Amino acid sequence: MTTQLKYKTKALDCWQWGKELRLEAYQDLVTGHERGKLLILGCAASPYGMLAGLGDFVFLAGEPYGASVAADPPFSIPCMEAYEAKGYARDMCGYMRNFLGSMFLDKYYFTGGPFPKFDFAWSVRHCPAGHPKWHQIVADYQGIPMNYIDDETMLTCEGDQQHRIDYVAGQYLDSIEWMEKVTKRKFDDEKAIEAMRNYFRNEALWGEINLLNSAVPAPLDIKSYFALMPIPMLRRHEKVATQFLETLRDELKDRIAHQIAAVPNERYRMCMLTPPPWSFLKIFRYLENFGVVFVGTYVYLINSGEVKFLYDENRVIPAVVPEERPGWPRMKNREDLCRTVARWRAEHPFQSHLDARKKEFHIIFRHWNGNAYLLLLNRGCVPMTTSMYDFQRDLQKDGIPVSMFEGNFADCRDIDETGVLDRLEAFLEGQGIYKLRDAAPGIKE
Amino acid sequence: MITAGIDVGAQAVKVVIVSDGKVLARNLLPTGFDPQESAQKALDGAIHQAGISRGDVKRIVATGAGRKSIAFADRNITEVTADAKGANKLMPSVRTVIDIGAEEARGISCDAEGKVIDFAKNDKCAAGAGAFVESMARALEIKVPEMIEISLKSTKDAPINATCAVFAESEVVSLIHTKIDKADIAHAVHDAIASRVASMVRRIPIDKDVALIGGVANNAAIAEAMKKHLGVDVLVPENPQFVSALGAALAAAA
Repeated sequence: MTTQLKYKTKALDCWQWGKELRLEAYQDLVTGHERGKLLILGCAASPYGMLAGLGDFVFLAGEPYGASVAADPPFSIPCMEAYEAKGYARDMCGYMRNFLGSMFLDKYYFTGGPFPKFDFAWSVRHCPAGHPKWHQIVADYQGIPMNYIDDETMLTCEGDQQHRIDYVAGQYLDSIEWMEKVTKRKFDDEKAIEAMRNYFRNEALWGEINLLNSAVPAPLDIKSYFALMPIPMLRRHEKVATQFLETLRDELKDRIAHQIAAVPNERYRMCMLTPPPWSFLKIFRYLENFGVVFVGTYVYLINSGEVKFLYDENRVIPAVVPEERPGWPRMKNREDLCRTVARWRAEHPFQSHLDARKKEFHIIFRHWNGNAYLLLLNRGCVPMTTSMYDFQRDLQKDGIPVSMFEGNFADCRDIDETGVLDRLEAFLEGQGIYKLRDAAPGIKE
Repeated sequence: MITAGIDVGAQAVKVVIVSDGKVLARNLLPTGFDPQESAQKALDGAIHQAGISRGDVKRIVATGAGRKSIAFADRNITEVTADAKGANKLMPSVRTVIDIGAEEARGISCDAEGKVIDFAKNDKCAAGAGAFVESMARALEIKVPEMIEISLKSTKDAPINATCAVFAESEVVSLIHTKIDKADIAHAVHDAIASRVASMVRRIPIDKDVALIGGVANNAAIAEAMKKHLGVDVLVPENPQFVSALGAALAAAA
């Protein structure tokens, strides 16, 4: 046994609080109606803080729900089967299949009780075609209204930016009127502005937390990171999320100052671009036996989080909230709110053009002091898999070691766990990284 | 120092014993249902062949698909690492190693020291592996050696487009029914495997020299087809099925 713990480690002090906040968000969907809250369905990338203008609400983002279900195969497999029994194709979005199956079975994962009935669906149209269709199926099945903001136009860098912002801001204004009509509630601009301020602040905080993992040893491992992520993903319009994320950030800074590691035998740092297969999170614990720590994944740096990439300087820094940016107005009314949200999304790295995105992969890798990337050819998400071979080549050209495997982030039946671990072991051996506890005396690790 | 490498493959366990880099003995047994027992027997046989005792073997490294089931090994390494080390020892000029085993094929790019630079493997697919050749030989109602022999005599290309062993088998059956010559079908089968493996290997840089190892490297028809598809000469060492075990034995001495 040659395993040596290089660093001291301990659990996060705020861990229990984080778990409670996460569970509250999901349980709120069950009890929310009884307490007069609106239950609203949408995409996690939507600026759902705006919904606070209608009063108290609970927002169920389908993606994290699909991911939570995916992490529990005994619950997920019947959901997948129920979805397929309705005649829907197996090669669609994996999150959607878990979500819809759960709805068809009328089983809500977090309680085992009935699936929530939403008041309406409202979202930005992220993931072309797939997610709006997902919510359309829910709307048809539950008989609820739905409204979508077409902001795919933001994904292009061609044409007039101002025109695009006008176009999207106009849709937000229209959707507020639509929401007033379907809920028969008056939209309170001030409440919506306040919630969006929280939302911007929390995105910037989550981005800042991500960036702190540049420290060696990394203060936060990716499994804990994923466990806490529902807070910035589902509750980023709330003050309590700000309080939690500030506490987490400060704790991570303290861990960095005292060299407290997430993985005590850290010696090799890996980064990801996308989510992992959620049923296969043991991959991270397993690779800790090799001294591997996963320091971050690009997708959640810019989805639920916000950072500022300085392309010319090859640097990334924490984001500043819109109202503190030079030339941005302070939001005073509904029009300001809608224009700020539209402009903010237009300039958000979530909307990065492909060439900029590729540059961002390199910048964040260097920032995180990475040793290698692990890429997933995700059968459960076409947009997250498109261009993956191109990304691999691009990273390798820059001398970055890359390992890639095939699987599905939401369907445990679609992954060969033994094969993936074998592939990763071979990759790590090529990097001179052997399993620590298997090493015989005298063998150089 | 005397060390042993054990390659626990899908069909066969291979053992190589080396002393200061020199091969003392090789042994091969079917893997069977108990890989640990087969590995023990194969090791005992190799020790007997080498004329040494068990206590003389100072370290054992296991590799192959069943490597983790060998409790008496001191450690295990993946086939990718073992292949590169073994091939480098036998053919130092080799920079690309292609290993085709019973159930899996892989391509490995390595440096002058036998260190792995990159690799590619086929996933959950028998169409590019030895088991497929055996299955097609059964479909043609001939033994594998005969299939190789007649394949090398064929001058025609029969079409097999399948990228899947199951569909390829049905294509072979169709060819039999259309009275295509057995030699041409055998040739088409080898060509289809080589084509599939070559396209997988192209995911990594293919630098010269290129070596073909693994049990399937004993199949001269595959080696010929690989040359055609890669457009480069392909070196096949003696006893290609033992290269991975040799790599493991060398790793044990490192």
